[in-house]
Amino acid sequence: MAPQDFLIQYLPILIFIAVASAVSAGMIIMSLLAGPAKPDSEKLSAYECGFDAFTDARNKFDVRFYLVTLLFIIFDLEIAFLFPWAISLKEIGLFGFWSMMAFLGVLTVGFVYEWKKGGLEWE
Amino acid sequence: MTDIYTVITDFNLVPLIPEIFMALFAMGLLIVGVSQGNRSTSVICWASVAGLAITALLIMGLDWQHKIILNGMFVFDEFAGFMKLLVLLGLMASLALSVRYLAQEGIERFEYPVLVVMSGVGMMMMLSANNMLTLYVGLELQSLALYVLAAFHRNAVRSAEAGLKYFVLGALSSGMLLFGISLLYGFTGSIDFGAIGASLLAADSISFGPIFALVFIVAGLAFKISAVPFHMWTPDVYQGAPESVTALFAIVPKVAAMGLLMRLLFEPFAAMADQWGQIIYFLSLASMLVGAFGGIAQLSIKRLIAYSSIGNMGYALIGIVAGTPQGAGAVIVYLLIYMIMTAGVFAVILSMRRNGAAVEWIGDLAGLSKSNPVMAYAMAILLFSMAGIPPMAGFFGKILVFQAAVAEGYYVLSVLGVVSSVVAAYYYLRVIKVMFFDEAADPFDGRTPFARRAVLLISTAFVLAFILKPSLIVESAQSAALSLFFG
Repeated sequence: MAPQDFLIQYLPILIFIAVASAVSAGMIIMSLLAGPAKPDSEKLSAYECGFDAFTDARNKFDVRFYLVTLLFIIFDLEIAFLFPWAISLKEIGLFGFWSMMAFLGVLTVGFVYEWKKGGLEWE
Repeated sequence: MTDIYTVITDFNLVPLIPEIFMALFAMGLLIVGVSQGNRSTSVICWASVAGLAITALLIMGLDWQHKIILNGMFVFDEFAGFMKLLVLLGLMASLALSVRYLAQEGIERFEYPVLVVMSGVGMMMMLSANNMLTLYVGLELQSLALYVLAAFHRNAVRSAEAGLKYFVLGALSSGMLLFGISLLYGFTGSIDFGAIGASLLAADSISFGPIFALVFIVAGLAFKISAVPFHMWTPDVYQGAPESVTALFAIVPKVAAMGLLMRLLFEPFAAMADQWGQIIYFLSLASMLVGAFGGIAQLSIKRLIAYSSIGNMGYALIGIVAGTPQGAGAVIVYLLIYMIMTAGVFAVILSMRRNGAAVEWIGDLAGLSKSNPVMAYAMAILLFSMAGIPPMAGFFGKILVFQAAVAEGYYVLSVLGVVSSVVAAYYYLRVIKVMFFDEAADPFDGRTPFARRAVLLISTAFVLAFILKPSLIVESAQSAALSLFFG
């Protein structure tokens, strides 16, 4: 395979990068040009959970937001794992099914622990 | 149509039963604990000890023939079985020592025993690893549980610092290990121990690449066994972590990491024995010297034990340098004796409490021979054994590794080992001098709990009785070590 032929296989990716850059740049520019800009102090401050980007690192912060984030990531990953499993279930058979059940079981134990421990209560 | 039964026999999960049982047991305890709350901590601790004992029985019930299952991921042989029993013994001892301490320190939370059992599952996986993935997952499972345990006294600054330090350095070492594994995968094309070994054997000469990978992998594991120059975290973590956790750290994870290192070096890296021999030679020599000289100036008994453990890992590594089945067997015996001695010493250290608070200075032991003579004499016997004075068990551990090294012609290493063992004897003897001859300090609080007395008694008895029938342990260790070479 000549080097050109090899590279030509990647042409769709190049086109995709170009389209993605164009669309995202377009969105930013359009909203800069066309969007109404009426800044006030509430709008410019960070979100409730966030910090100012440029301050001393030794601040007090509320750890609860991070707790929620961590819990979210676990179940997000679970979903990301479940999709390919669901699609290939026909091939991997009963062994694949029970492997996933074991994984879900472990996660469920963690979930029960977190629930009972009060990790899901906000106040 | 397959059912669950055929799946199990197809993949032969039988050698995995102890690990499966232990993991299920830990999760069950977690659920029980979270529904009962922290008042169930001591019950869960003792239940964990029982669970570990059942796991040990399960291992003894298995067929100890060499077996590779799960598509080469998991190996079970005599070596794995023997080392797993050691690990379980250490976990049981450290949990038994912890129960009262947790209550005394007011950190009685039911997660403690669960985390100990979970780290145990990780160690068992490490000892049965036959693939870099199993190795890494086992190592991380073990380490993550231990990081949390180091910071378990979360209101104490020292403990939080110890946890953070251990975590940061542990993450660094895992990074090095992974980097080495990725290089090795690049050069040999596999992460399976068997395939790596075959590919290294087939090469005419060992090229630069695998050596590079070997250095990173060994450096990553040297962190875990705290061999010099990767020992910096040890004194700080030992001092900062709650004492019962320090006991765990000193007793168990090093046994597992040492077992893993032995399997790795003697199986897949067997073809590179000349190369890793030099690395381990240096690690061993440096650990012995730093352990001996670093301990001299210590005032805290916990830091002293940290340096002692660094030095002891150096002695154990001598057996690996020898590179023979005899040497590997000596390492196993050494680890077993070291583990039992350390458990006994920690039974004393955990009893060092005055006015309801733990004290850790060596000077606090002054006059123990008058206030609690039994404990003082037991401690003296254990320290004599650690210093390697015959006829205690520690002497036999040392002589076996030195014998193995001399048999292979490593005279310089053996002589330096003996010299550093003499230097280290100074600080063990100093503790004894403080206990027996210094002006008495106030006695320690109250009666020693039953579990601590039992651990102290058993370990002292073992140290004294070892000379009566050393062949009992030495022979089974030798045969376990043989399975590494002619599996």
